[in-house]
Amino acid sequence: MAQTYRSQLIDPLVDNNPITLQVLGICSALAVTSSMKVAFVMAIAVTLVTAFSSMFISILRNQIPNSIRIIVQMVIIASLVILVDQVLKAYAYEISKTLSVFVGLIITNCIVMGRAEAFAMKNPPMASFVDGVGNGLGYGALLMVVSFIRELFGSGSLFGITVLETVNNGGWYLPNGLLLLPPSAFFVIGLLIWAIRAWKPAQVEEREYKIQTVETH
Amino acid sequence: MEDLLSLAVKAIFVENLALSFFLGMCTFLAVSKKIPTAMGLGISVMIVQAITVPANNLILTYLLAPGALAWAGFPDVDLTFLGLISYIGVIAALVQILEMVLDKYFPPLYNALGVFLPLITVNCAILGGSLFMVERSYDFSESVTYGVSSGFGWALAITAMAGVREKLKYSDIPDGLQGLGITFITAGLMAMAFMSFSGVKL
Repeated sequence: MAQTYRSQLIDPLVDNNPITLQVLGICSALAVTSSMKVAFVMAIAVTLVTAFSSMFISILRNQIPNSIRIIVQMVIIASLVILVDQVLKAYAYEISKTLSVFVGLIITNCIVMGRAEAFAMKNPPMASFVDGVGNGLGYGALLMVVSFIRELFGSGSLFGITVLETVNNGGWYLPNGLLLLPPSAFFVIGLLIWAIRAWKPAQVEEREYKIQTVETH
Repeated sequence: MEDLLSLAVKAIFVENLALSFFLGMCTFLAVSKKIPTAMGLGISVMIVQAITVPANNLILTYLLAPGALAWAGFPDVDLTFLGLISYIGVIAALVQILEMVLDKYFPPLYNALGVFLPLITVNCAILGGSLFMVERSYDFSESVTYGVSSGFGWALAITAMAGVREKLKYSDIPDGLQGLGITFITAGLMAMAFMSFSGVKL
């Protein structure tokens, strides 16, 4: 086996992050990041689902006929998501209300399907489980960074605890309302991608058109 | 009738699936490089959405909702917890059927849209549409309207995005922002533009 468990866990965090490099699972990454608490719950849910679905699919990988594998994977993933949904409704009702449809949408989260298809169908259960955890954590890490920025500067708090006293409550910080609105998630992730690629130039994409300077006489 | 019209306008512009709920983002970012492909995918999403949302609405009303099985003699059964798995099953099955029907009876259309159909099963916009229909408890006619118009809104957004990106590839962008980065920021600006529709009511 080429990869060790350790590198499987660490790689997806920055070097091969599911969101910034593989462009997977963006839908929920944008929608749930306006507060850290919600993003944290979402990150855990996705990590659990990815890890266990990868494991179960990997256990069954030799029994699944190739032609109907997508449906089999869907059923496994959907069952796990129903489990997560029911647990959230039972123990964290408020958060499950805020997450609304996005818990259900873990089913179609490309990270889960992507890992099942690309990794779990070819590798033994334990390795798939670790790979699932790693990718879930890579997703979670990005979610936490984005929601940290959005919640801190958008409403002056972290995990719901006030850090920067806002003007409305008699403090000094004037919150940036834009950061609570949906479009800001795009900007924050776009800039984060820029930052990561400035740090790791290997991830920079090839240009389709080279701009050349033309000599004028 | 006016209710339905206002619902449609809301689903297309104000609550655009792609730009205000970020649904179907993976395909939205991946397949928006060229206008014709983006349009093809947009139309496929619209068709699938128009079929699956009402179909899931029927399944919810006659099979899953509390007391829905009364016609079969089980008035106390509540199967709503099976919702997610049934919706995704319906979507996967319908997409498969649609693919076969198109292949058999409309080969030109199949050749144009065929490659996108498998992608659509895992498109969050489709499942998202069905889940919103459940959450907001639309009735049948509302869910037909919602299905068509939310699909249209998504198609509109991805076509507009492809238009912007076709021009964008000629511009001089910093290396790190090249590709994905600038696409995100463009999508953010478009989402802001779409926000100006909020408050529009008919």
